[in-house]
Amino acid sequence: MKLRLENLQKSFGTNHVLRGLSLDVAEGECICLIGSSGSGKSTVLRTINLLEPLDDGAIYLDGVDIAEPGLDPQPIRQRIGIVFQSFNLFPHMTAAGNVRLAPRRLGRASGAALNEQVGALFETFGLSQHMDHYPDQLSGGQQQRVAVIRALAMRPEIMLFDEVTSALDPELVGEVLDVMHRLRSERMTMIVATHEMAFAAEAADRVAMLDQGRIVEIGKAREVLTNPREQRTRDFLRLDRTA
Amino acid sequence: MTRRQKYEADLRRRAGIKAGLSTAAVLLAIAILVPMAPGWPAVKKSFFNAEIFLKTFPGLLEAFVLDVAIFLWSVPLIAALGLGLALMRDAQSPGLMPLRLAAIGFIDVFRGVPVILVIFLIGFGIPGLGLPRPYNSPYIWGTVALVLTYSAYVAEIFRSGIESVHTSQRSAATSLGLSHGDVMRYVVLPQAIRRVVPANMNMLIALQKDVALLSFIGPVEILRQAGVYKSLMANFTPYVGAALIFLAVTIPATRFADYLLNRQRRARS
Ligand SMILES: Nc1ncnc2c1ncn2[C@@H]1O[C@H](COP(=O)(O)OP(=O)(O)O)[C@@H](O)[C@H]1O
Ligand SMILES: [Mg+2]
Repeated sequence: MKLRLENLQKSFGTNHVLRGLSLDVAEGECICLIGSSGSGKSTVLRTINLLEPLDDGAIYLDGVDIAEPGLDPQPIRQRIGIVFQSFNLFPHMTAAGNVRLAPRRLGRASGAALNEQVGALFETFGLSQHMDHYPDQLSGGQQQRVAVIRALAMRPEIMLFDEVTSALDPELVGEVLDVMHRLRSERMTMIVATHEMAFAAEAADRVAMLDQGRIVEIGKAREVLTNPREQRTRDFLRLDRTA
Repeated sequence: MTRRQKYEADLRRRAGIKAGLSTAAVLLAIAILVPMAPGWPAVKKSFFNAEIFLKTFPGLLEAFVLDVAIFLWSVPLIAALGLGLALMRDAQSPGLMPLRLAAIGFIDVFRGVPVILVIFLIGFGIPGLGLPRPYNSPYIWGTVALVLTYSAYVAEIFRSGIESVHTSQRSAATSLGLSHGDVMRYVVLPQAIRRVVPANMNMLIALQKDVALLSFIGPVEILRQAGVYKSLMANFTPYVGAALIFLAVTIPATRFADYLLNRQRRARS
């Protein structure tokens, strides 16, 4: 098991956001999280990256509990990449500068070797002409692809995607989904919070339905999306509408 | 020219004529009315005396070089100390609590006391300790007083800049595994400092004027020089000359700060 979430508990004040969420993710697996806004998808992803401290529960990465309070989060974050809904590129750096910062500062590579690696990544994702552009000179889709490259440059073992296409114009969604399909085909371990049901149906090994900070249903993508067991999932997917 | 452009050009021309006429009318009224005031000949003689102006102006300019020098060596010190204070004040780890408290105390004190008082207390107080030359110079300690006071203001400006950088920027940088220090240095500060350039420009303009306050404790800078001339010639014209010299520096600087601010607003909208 690559990643195991065990009974995650998290409150913001009196708002109990994660209520005992558990999930196992196998190496190379792609899991899509679906659920209405506020169900806790972003919070789960942020806790895995240790951006939000947990109140209780455990997160095992390769068998080691990374949610242990007091653990140095930095080396763990380097192993887990995350891409956000709102791109969050650093506006004062070029696309390539955004990608180079972390590997350079964390001693992964430097000088010509780093430039070569970064160049290769931009090449792979079809953004070579845009390496020296600043974020405000790029379209939303291009920015989001750069954000993916920035996370990949740390060679993470797991990638987390938090509604990465929700802020994009419809005609730009495709290019970002293509990038994720590509990672999927390279057997990257991925957890993807998404409203793109077509992507979930096509790319996910399993789909998990979140409601009020719990997984109410999880199973093979096709089963959960077309023939869910739970009424909550049916309501969310509006499967009963025509009935 | 399109119809729209023609119409707008016409509007602009008419607005220009109106503005020109009204301004001319006001200036004319001043030029006619002020000399009619009973005290005008006396005021003219003691404030706008051309002969004295020409005689003292070069000396004033020369004294202004000292103002500029004090200004120039204060600026980097203020920038460094202000940034240091801003960072100390936001220090998170409990071990740095003393630094944090010191920064808060420093900022409160120096923002709360009138500049001229700080200049008196430090400029006279420290040389009073009987330090050896040149460390007993009020020129040095007066400048130190300016640096301390302005650092407190600039620290608050930097802090507002740091706070204006959205938390999502920190999250993005932190998620890559960067240390708190690297997040600050490479992601937050470059954005924060850029944003507060216009505000800091305004502080610099205020500083350039406040350098003249050092005249009260000794250095013969422009204001003191003007005072010397005033006593010598029993005439206030040197003060007018000094004011003109300040305006020649501060008006372009103010316009430049406004320009930066507008450019930034446009870039962000
Ligand atoms: N930093 C935060 N502070 C306070 N409340 C938060 C914070 N982040 C999320 N929440 C709350 O947690 C709940 C779940 O949010 P989120 O995980 O963003 O859901 P989703 O991503 O599924 O829309 C919401 O009620 C939201 O208001
Ligand atoms: Mg969300």
